[in-house]
Amino acid sequence: MERDGVLSLRHASAGYGGRPVLVDIDLDIHAGDKIAVMGRSGAGKSTLLGLLYAQRPDAIALVPQAAALVRSLSVFHNVYMGRLDRHSTMVNLRTLLWPQRADKDAIGDVLASIGLSDKMFAAAGTLSGGQQQRTSVARALYNGRSILLADEPVSALDRVQGADVLELIKKRHETLIVVMHDVGLALEHCDRIVVLENGCKIIDAPATDLSAKDLLGRFGAAA
Amino acid sequence: MTALTYTRASGLLLLAAVVSYAFADMAVTALHPGQELRRLLAGILQPDFSAVEVWSVVWTVAFAVLGVGLGALSGFALAIAYAHSLGIRSLATVLRSVHELFWALLLIQIFGLGATTGILAIALPYAGIFAKVFAEMIEEADLSAERVLPLGTSVISAFAYARLPELAARFQTYTLYRLECGLRSTLVLGFVGLPTIGFHLESYFKQGRYAGAAALLGVFYVLIGTRRLWARPLTMPFLIVGSVLVLPTALGGGSALANLVRFFGHDIIPAPLRNDALLSFATWGNLWSWFKPILTGQIIPGVFKTLILSQIALAAMAVLALIVFPMVSQRFAGSVGQIAGRIGLVVVRSTPEYMLAYVLLQLLGPSMLPAVIALSIHNGGIVGYLMGRHADALDYRLDAPSGFNLYAYETVPRLYGQFLAYILYRWEIIVRESAIFGILGVTTLGYYVDAAISELRFDAAVVLIAATVLLSAGIDQVSRRLRRGLRIASLPTRLAEEPTATTAQAVLNRA
Repeated sequence: MERDGVLSLRHASAGYGGRPVLVDIDLDIHAGDKIAVMGRSGAGKSTLLGLLYAQRPDAIALVPQAAALVRSLSVFHNVYMGRLDRHSTMVNLRTLLWPQRADKDAIGDVLASIGLSDKMFAAAGTLSGGQQQRTSVARALYNGRSILLADEPVSALDRVQGADVLELIKKRHETLIVVMHDVGLALEHCDRIVVLENGCKIIDAPATDLSAKDLLGRFGAAA
Repeated sequence: MTALTYTRASGLLLLAAVVSYAFADMAVTALHPGQELRRLLAGILQPDFSAVEVWSVVWTVAFAVLGVGLGALSGFALAIAYAHSLGIRSLATVLRSVHELFWALLLIQIFGLGATTGILAIALPYAGIFAKVFAEMIEEADLSAERVLPLGTSVISAFAYARLPELAARFQTYTLYRLECGLRSTLVLGFVGLPTIGFHLESYFKQGRYAGAAALLGVFYVLIGTRRLWARPLTMPFLIVGSVLVLPTALGGGSALANLVRFFGHDIIPAPLRNDALLSFATWGNLWSWFKPILTGQIIPGVFKTLILSQIALAAMAVLALIVFPMVSQRFAGSVGQIAGRIGLVVVRSTPEYMLAYVLLQLLGPSMLPAVIALSIHNGGIVGYLMGRHADALDYRLDAPSGFNLYAYETVPRLYGQFLAYILYRWEIIVRESAIFGILGVTTLGYYVDAAISELRFDAAVVLIAATVLLSAGIDQVSRRLRRGLRIASLPTRLAEEPTATTAQAVLNRA
């Protein structure tokens, strides 16, 4: 089945201060792909996400590695920020002071799905690490763009919560590129696995062709 | 050049002070200083509260609230473009480098001795300070959320959601803290004739009515000490409206517009350029012969005396801070020390250096000594208090020594970088104040500014004020270089950001 390519990298390289971080990467991403990007820390995963994001920032919802929340604003407002571009400045300023019923309902639904209903008007800075991470995911879900790039969106969650969040993401976004460490979760929820090592792509294969043993042998992350 | 070390930097500052001392006039010239001092102490012990002029207190608060408020608002507007516009940065530098007393002396010529002068004399320099500090806060802010915003978000929405919420709390805290400084500055404006507390303080001191002065000053300390109770985000709207309602009407001065036109169109233009043809060679020759005596007879000796005064005061303040800080640290002085420290800070911070210098001049007679004492007590007290807080925030090992051994082997060596950061940061402040003390009769730059204004030579006054601006800008540059050379540029220096256990630890980890 031939699907539309949505993102692609050809001979992509990147480096910081003369030190290469990514070397000669080729990567084609098609609509509907559910990709797990894995590898040791420092392998170039976040840099890869950065390159992909730069290609189509208008079509991508992003979950950055640090939750990147505004700590003094409520969870509601942090999630609302996912759609700032789709409202006029006047509406955004009004929402900052008086949130409207419709927005509260829409964001309430997203928060309910991710288990944060009771925290809607808590300041983001008062949440636990896992709750902040889920708020960051909720912002991307609410953003709703078809491609989701997520940098370790479930690292601070337990396995059951992590699985729930990944299922939710899969339902809301057509195409996923998720950096993660948990081999079991990756094989279960993604259909394609990309493994980076020292800035090179060493595995890019359908999840069904790989076993947990292959991956653990490759980069030794604990499941 | 050999590397700059803490020891070398301290040695240089001390050497500068010793050399300056050789040129300074530090005599006690009053005939009976002891007798006058006893009368002052008696007055402090038995304050006369019937002498408190209530309206001067009300107007001090009103001028400070409106001046600081206006300054914060304009400073906020300037801060947004601060990082991108050299013009705005220069404007802010000039605004804040001219002392509020100089602003007042100039503004009196335009708006008379009234509310407009009082408010603007605070608002103009404070706008420059707010612009710089707010801009620094904007730069330090956590921007990770801004990077995640969807593409196409408008600039205003991005600012309102991703930046302002993080910044609003800091802006608010800083503005309310600055209100304390504003109250102190407003008090001092009374010494040049505005109807604030300083006006009555000056006449009480001059007449030797120390009991009245002590009562009025006591009211002022209570006002500053309770600032956190009455100046809060919720009370601000009422304070602002109330302040507008109670403003006094201006005294004299005639039409402000006509004065404004005359002041800018005539008064501050150098005399030789006022009527003559600007293209004629002779005019520019006249300009030089107008400027030369100002340069050689006023600017150069004024700068010299200003520097001499500030170098001595800087060293005296540093020594004082090192002596004072164990007394306010819990580690050294116990909880009594902490309470004493709190009270001491309120008194030291609220007592305007200018007023202190004025009182000491009355007591000790004219020389540099009163100015040195005033500057070192005020600044040394503040730095000592901050150092005490840092000393308590240090993590001492369990078997650390105690008493003087702890002080000499642990605390001072570990805090010395922070100490130098405070001293070097205060340097520019001291130079600015030293220049201002000229108005009291010490022959620093302010002396010549004051003389030029009273002779209605505003063109010369503006040139002299520009010289003080350049001097403090120069000192600021040298201080920055030294701080960078000593690798202490990132340590906290603002009084508004008092160290707490956590920030101090973070600072030390960085250092």
